[in-house]
Amino acid sequence: MRHTASVTLVLAAIWLGNSGHYDALLLSFGVVSIALVLWITHRMDVVDHESQPLHLTTKLPAYYFWLFKKIVASNIDVVIRAWRGPSSISPQFERVPAPQKTDIGRVIYANSINLTPGTLSVVVEDDYILVHSLSSDGMAELKSGEMSRRVCGLEE
Amino acid sequence: MLTVTTVTLLLVMALALSRAFVGPTVFDRILAANMFGTKTVLLIAVIGFLFGRPEFLDIAMVYALINFIGVIGMLRLIEYLEDENSSSQEEDA
Amino acid sequence: METYELLSAVLLAAGSFLLLSGGIGVLRFPDVYSRMHAAGITDTLGACLILLALMLLAGFSLVLLKLMMILAFLLITGPTSSHALGKAAWKAGVKPLTGKSLQR
Repeated sequence: MRHTASVTLVLAAIWLGNSGHYDALLLSFGVVSIALVLWITHRMDVVDHESQPLHLTTKLPAYYFWLFKKIVASNIDVVIRAWRGPSSISPQFERVPAPQKTDIGRVIYANSINLTPGTLSVVVEDDYILVHSLSSDGMAELKSGEMSRRVCGLEE
Repeated sequence: MLTVTTVTLLLVMALALSRAFVGPTVFDRILAANMFGTKTVLLIAVIGFLFGRPEFLDIAMVYALINFIGVIGMLRLIEYLEDENSSSQEEDA
Repeated sequence: METYELLSAVLLAAGSFLLLSGGIGVLRFPDVYSRMHAAGITDTLGACLILLALMLLAGFSLVLLKLMMILAFLLITGPTSSHALGKAAWKAGVKPLTGKSLQR
């Protein structure tokens, strides 16, 4: 029920933010389309704790703030390598353990790996992620497991 | 500064297009097409501000979504074609 | 020139530089996986900086909300499509070049 309410809220915010017209006709169109989308998503059975991770709401902002700093740092690294050319990179292709217990934890971990340039999650399996990295430094940093620990911290 | 950004965006789109022409694998081309699409989103948004017409942002938003769906669709098609190729080869053998 | 205009000009310049670096990287890197990292620069921080600069120019209005939505869409779809691309390339048997082997 909480998940349905949050889908409704998000859809209403998107409609109101995009339309900019607040007369009765267009608002009623909005209500109809929100109802239609809610019906379709319930039929697809996708409204649950995975599409609407409400239990993470309080923890996600702090995590993404930390991740943003990482993204800036790795962006600078990749920019330097792009200008210095192919001789400055030594790509690595290895398995990185993914100790997260839930699917959503693994997805957040793989997504974070992808969001930071320089590391790319290619295949996600139950207990590991196959990662391509632009340099051995990036791979070593992933294997040190700080990001993985923080994602595990989200799950508790 | 908006003008400089517009010119840079066009230049980067040209670079992406040249990668799409050179290839060599089909995935390089899709990567370039995806990059071209996200740069188009930014270009539409910047041009909207350059000409003082922020309504362009609606188009940019739709373009962002269609670009994503297009790339996923193309990848699906390629996976499907490859599955079909490999299975028909097995039938031949 | 107001302070926020100056700040947005700085952000636009930095964003343009990042976009250009990403474009150069896509041309120069040796295989599809490493090119994806270069495209990643333009998808994450490059798009972020340019849209932030436009947000500063927009001020408080519906335009600001729309810019935030575009940024959210780009940040959600970018990693997803690059993961799909990497996985499709891996499944199709494109092997990544690794280590020092590519340094001639």
